Amino acid sequence: MKTLEDLKKLRDESLKAMEMRYLRNGVRIQVGMGTCGIAAGARPVLQKFIEETSSHNMNNVIITQVGCMGECAFEPIVEIVEQDGTKTTYCKVSERMVYEIVEEHLINGRRLDRYMLSAVKK
Amino acid sequence: MLERMQILICGGTGCLSSHSKDIQKEFDRVLTEMGLHDEVKLVLTGCFGLCEKGPVVIVYPDETFYSHVQVADVAEICEEHVLKGRIVERLTVKDPIDKTKVKNFSELNFYAKQRRIALRNCGNINPSDIKEYIARDGYAALGKVLTSMTPVQVVEEVKKSGLRGRGGAGFPTGLKWEFASKSTDDIKYVICNADEGDPGAFMDRSVLEGDPHSVLEAMTICGYAIGAHQGYIYVRAEYPVAVERLNHAIRESHEMRLLGEDIFGSGFHFDIELRLGAGAFVCGEETALMASIEGQRGMPRLKPPFPAVKGLWGHPTNVNNVETFANVPVIFLKGADWFRGIGTEKSTGTKVFALGGKIANTGLVEVPMGTTLREVIFDIGGGIPNRRRFKAVQTGGPSGGCITEKNLDTPIDFDSMIAMGSMMGSGGMIVMDEDNCMVDVARFYLDFTVDESCGKCTPCREGTRRMLDILNKICAGKGTMEDLDTLESIGNMVKESSLCALGQSAPSPVLSTLKHFRDEYIAHVVDHVCPAGVCANLTNYVVTDHCIGCTKCAKNCPVGAITGSVKQRHFIDLTKCIRCGACKKACPVNAITSKPLPKEVQLNG
Ligand SMILES: Cc1cc2nc3c(=O)[nH]c(=O)nc-3n(C[C@H](O)[C@H](O)[C@H](O)COP(=O)(O)O)c2cc1C
Repeated sequence: MKTLEDLKKLRDESLKAMEMRYLRNGVRIQVGMGTCGIAAGARPVLQKFIEETSSHNMNNVIITQVGCMGECAFEPIVEIVEQDGTKTTYCKVSERMVYEIVEEHLINGRRLDRYMLSAVKK
Repeated sequence: MLERMQILICGGTGCLSSHSKDIQKEFDRVLTEMGLHDEVKLVLTGCFGLCEKGPVVIVYPDETFYSHVQVADVAEICEEHVLKGRIVERLTVKDPIDKTKVKNFSELNFYAKQRRIALRNCGNINPSDIKEYIARDGYAALGKVLTSMTPVQVVEEVKKSGLRGRGGAGFPTGLKWEFASKSTDDIKYVICNADEGDPGAFMDRSVLEGDPHSVLEAMTICGYAIGAHQGYIYVRAEYPVAVERLNHAIRESHEMRLLGEDIFGSGFHFDIELRLGAGAFVCGEETALMASIEGQRGMPRLKPPFPAVKGLWGHPTNVNNVETFANVPVIFLKGADWFRGIGTEKSTGTKVFALGGKIANTGLVEVPMGTTLREVIFDIGGGIPNRRRFKAVQTGGPSGGCITEKNLDTPIDFDSMIAMGSMMGSGGMIVMDEDNCMVDVARFYLDFTVDESCGKCTPCREGTRRMLDILNKICAGKGTMEDLDTLESIGNMVKESSLCALGQSAPSPVLSTLKHFRDEYIAHVVDHVCPAGVCANLTNYVVTDHCIGCTKCAKNCPVGAITGSVKQRHFIDLTKCIRCGACKKACPVNAITSKPLPKEVQLNG
């Protein structure tokens, strides 16, 4: 450590590793991780969300897991909760879909109607 | 695999003693077994402050707050929460104030009213990882000071902030730095006073354990401001966790070249070493402390000369308290004006208090100066448990006094505390309820100072001893009204003629209880009764008409001295009674009191 720039660089790097402790607002991605969700493959989906959002350097998302949402037949279920409270529920989410959800919904702000629970369930 | 969860486990001394290290190990084991180890980071932090609920575990990102966690609970947390995302409800806390279930850390009323500056990182970062401190803007203040400010500007900024010493006396820190900077000498020293000897105080300990780098950074800033190149932290050996983390932090800072030669390429060099004290209260007094560092017996000397002129080994020395230092980096990061905006005009910033005694949320709280005692004790502290009534709060430890109900709404700062006949002290706050005997409380503190008096000056050595003799006599039921006057006159003599502040303040607990609770003293002396039921010789427990006949007292009596049948008033056989007070504690309707025996009542009545 020699200069203020060195310090700042180390600060930014270290902060990234701690972000989840300080983030209060932003988008929440909630992955259903009841037994049903896990059985349907929610764990790799969750992991994929983490990979995708961090490879895009998105630092305003919180990824958490929640319990069974009662729609076990449609697991893995992922809810995206916007800062203003709007919820989008995606169902039967696969790793490939995660990629799309991150690109389209989170980055471009376009919801993917065809993956939504309300659409699929009909 | 990327990390998706962080589990923070409190590693403050309180939680460590209830096995938080084992909890960490168990998390480690279970997560490895479940193959989740790479996704979850375990962090052993400093004190969260809510010691009452320990061991405390917080799970991020959802901020779930688990209390009283046992090793046996870990598997369930991993299985349910980490794997399946279901919060383990039974380990979440009820808010002691509005009784609702609280899941989130930030929802707790305990934290909502606090303003954490000195404790900003405690419970939030891993104290053994310098990077986590740096992530929270650690060492940025030092960087700014060394690369863009002159020593005079540094002193001015501290002066402007209005920061006053948190070690007890409340002396303006900037002024102290200025004195030391103006003393001319090639050799000067910075000392951090981490002796913390008040019974019931653990603020400094928590800062050292939870955020050691904040103290190192501030000491280096101080060194630059006054022209010193060597710092010492005088810490008691009874704080092994603090010692270990400080040593580790000093090593880390050296490795990062934030201590040592040419810091931030400024040419300024600074070193810090620990000096361990043996845990004598008097060694917290700065001149005694310096004598102890020099290898002499820890005894105070007369001031002046003040340490800023003639301190350690005769060189100008600046002594500040741990919490004082912990505030310093923030002042440089956010500015003196920002700091001044918090607290009151003459006492800026915040103060950390260690809440103890009869209080629901035992723990550490940090509030802006000017907060009232009522807010601290009832809103944050959760009030008095077991439906007992508040009686007094002792502040300033053995040097302070007690504050009663009528002053609960006075905003607290350095000056108002003194006006109320107590003092801020280092921040111990012991809450007392109707079951505390104030004579006994005074005796407790005096007993402490008698033990801790170094014996150098006669008023303190002999005067406190005589006062204690009188208090013992009163508690034994052999006191006279004359004794009360003698107590007062010896007290005032000791106060005025002792060499150091230990003796000068030792009579305070006695004088202040004599002032506010004279009736209790009189009850001991004249009625031969201890109204709170503490002094065994003077306690006659009586069951009053309020008795509902629940039999709880009889069941709890260890010597079978209580008789009575269900739904009937019970009676205590005072010939069998050993005055332990178990019945009084057990009574759900407060029907057992300590009363003088009416003349006509026989002992076995
Ligand atoms: C008997 C006695 C014990 C003291 N103990 C402590 C202590 O444990 N920690 C502390 O910081 N100051 C203690 N002090 C106050 C110190 O003498 C000194 O005023 C203080 O360290 C100055 O730092 P500050 O200006 O930052 O408060 C004690 C004073 C006396 C008289």
